[in-house]
Amino acid sequence: MRRNLLTLTILILILFLSVLSKNLDPYIYQILVFFGINSILAVSLNLINGFTGQFSIGHAGFMAAGGYFSAALSVYQGEKLLNILSFLPKDLAQGAIFLVFLILGGLFSAILGLIIGIPTLRLKGDYLAIATLGFGEIIRVAILNLDVVGGPRGFPGIPKLTDITWVTFWAFIAVVVIYRIINSSHGRAIISIREDETASESMGINTTYYKVLAFSIGAFFAGIAGGLFAHYLMMLHPSSFTFMRSVEILLMIVLGGLGSITGSIFGAFILTVLPEALRGFAHLRLIIYSLTLIIMMLVRPSGLIGNREISFYRIFKFLRRKGIN
Amino acid sequence: MAVLEVKNLSCAFGGLMAVSDLSFEVEKNEILGIIGPNGAGKTTVFNLITGFYLPIKGSIIFNGKNLVGMKPYQITKLGIARTFQNPRLFKKLTVLENVMIAMHKVYEASLFDALFSNRKYIQQESIQRDKAEEYLYFFGLYKRKDEIAENLPYGEQRKLEIARAMATNPSLLLLDEPAAGMNLNESLELVNLIATIREKFNLTILIIEHHMEVVMNICERIIVLDFGMKIAEGKPEEVKNNPRVIEAYLGKEVKGVIH
Repeated sequence: MRRNLLTLTILILILFLSVLSKNLDPYIYQILVFFGINSILAVSLNLINGFTGQFSIGHAGFMAAGGYFSAALSVYQGEKLLNILSFLPKDLAQGAIFLVFLILGGLFSAILGLIIGIPTLRLKGDYLAIATLGFGEIIRVAILNLDVVGGPRGFPGIPKLTDITWVTFWAFIAVVVIYRIINSSHGRAIISIREDETASESMGINTTYYKVLAFSIGAFFAGIAGGLFAHYLMMLHPSSFTFMRSVEILLMIVLGGLGSITGSIFGAFILTVLPEALRGFAHLRLIIYSLTLIIMMLVRPSGLIGNREISFYRIFKFLRRKGIN
Repeated sequence: MAVLEVKNLSCAFGGLMAVSDLSFEVEKNEILGIIGPNGAGKTTVFNLITGFYLPIKGSIIFNGKNLVGMKPYQITKLGIARTFQNPRLFKKLTVLENVMIAMHKVYEASLFDALFSNRKYIQQESIQRDKAEEYLYFFGLYKRKDEIAENLPYGEQRKLEIARAMATNPSLLLLDEPAAGMNLNESLELVNLIATIREKFNLTILIIEHHMEVVMNICERIIVLDFGMKIAEGKPEEVKNNPRVIEAYLGKEVKGVIH
């Protein structure tokens, strides 16, 4: 019952947003779109870093891979497919094609995650971080040298298909998928790797399989986020996917709380809105970022929300306890 | 009938032979103790049997299957469970979750069942929860099921480790110093617990222990290791009086020294 209610609420929210978005201030609209994309990135990275406990900092690489792949499909195959599907209403055909291209972009990224994950996930801690960082950079440099997608000139002419409805829809899918995985025995197996890999293995859990699985699912959603990003900006450039982008995503989950889905969304919100609020002191942005991270590590290393989840039930319980005292 | 046969097992770390040419058998339903001074290679033997280390030589036959080269999780699936010298609980998870994780190998709902939250998923979740609660009930930890594992007192953490190992449904249980850090009363209670679980689950148990009251009380046979080699084997009272064992623990008498 409670679950059905949640689904209904989200559906109404998506509908509401798509109606509302027509009269929304374009500036606010854009912030909301980026908030949605960042939420997908943060939640998916949290599956790898927060729940599986594998310190990966190459998320921008997966975002770039998925983004470029689906963008290239749109640019080179979009028109052709639209002609084939001309018997359908144009909006519907366009939507279906976009959905397929996004998923293909995500799958491309997931396969890349698989290829990268199998050798690197043997590494632990800092070594894994460095390896994933390296792979993120390799993807970026590879794109820089790929002429089909514009190389260093950037990749223009991507149709604008992303709107706030798409972003909300995918953010919703990412949250539901990861939430449900975590709340199954598979999820507990994943979390047990974070807690103690040796013990986990001696409990009969194939730790390599689950690490690679989490890594690929994370990469899939990063790819989707990249596709949404590409079809919103209508132009991609390798400089959007530097190491700093990965750090930004990492910062979201560290800020919000490793191992908390609501925490990562909260972190994504803060790191989307904060730079806008700090536009006046843009040159100080990186200093403020690093200071935030250092202060967080000193004061509250588990993140603002920690590894718990916020739910209406919890808030209600909290308020009632306050009321009695 | 031997459940576990270890033949000519050797393991080296660099130039150090941690276990050399070790052979022994474990009979069905017996409790076999492994004792020896610190650094004798007892835990290494456990790590070899459970697949965490790879031997340089020898074989480990469990119910007719050679375990050498298998991954730890595959060995657990065959029915060997272990506890660790220092408890390795999933510290930040609840007591119930700790036991549920151990039951993952019999969980039948796939990832897609979980994604769609379908009937199979709901059914499997409740089966796993109920079974885990049964184990906790048996080990007297039911009341603690929602507590975070690291908040349990030490004795109960050790008990939870055994409960978690039992939840993998083993036929052979390896206990690595289960009484470490326990006082006399607690360790006698542990002796009772081990005897009970053997009866109830029809278990074969291999136990490493330093507490002599535990070893002498519970083991039917004992193997003594020193520098990775087996120096004695037999009934507890035989082993206790074996001169080589006394020498390994207390050192050799030097002739001609006036005391």
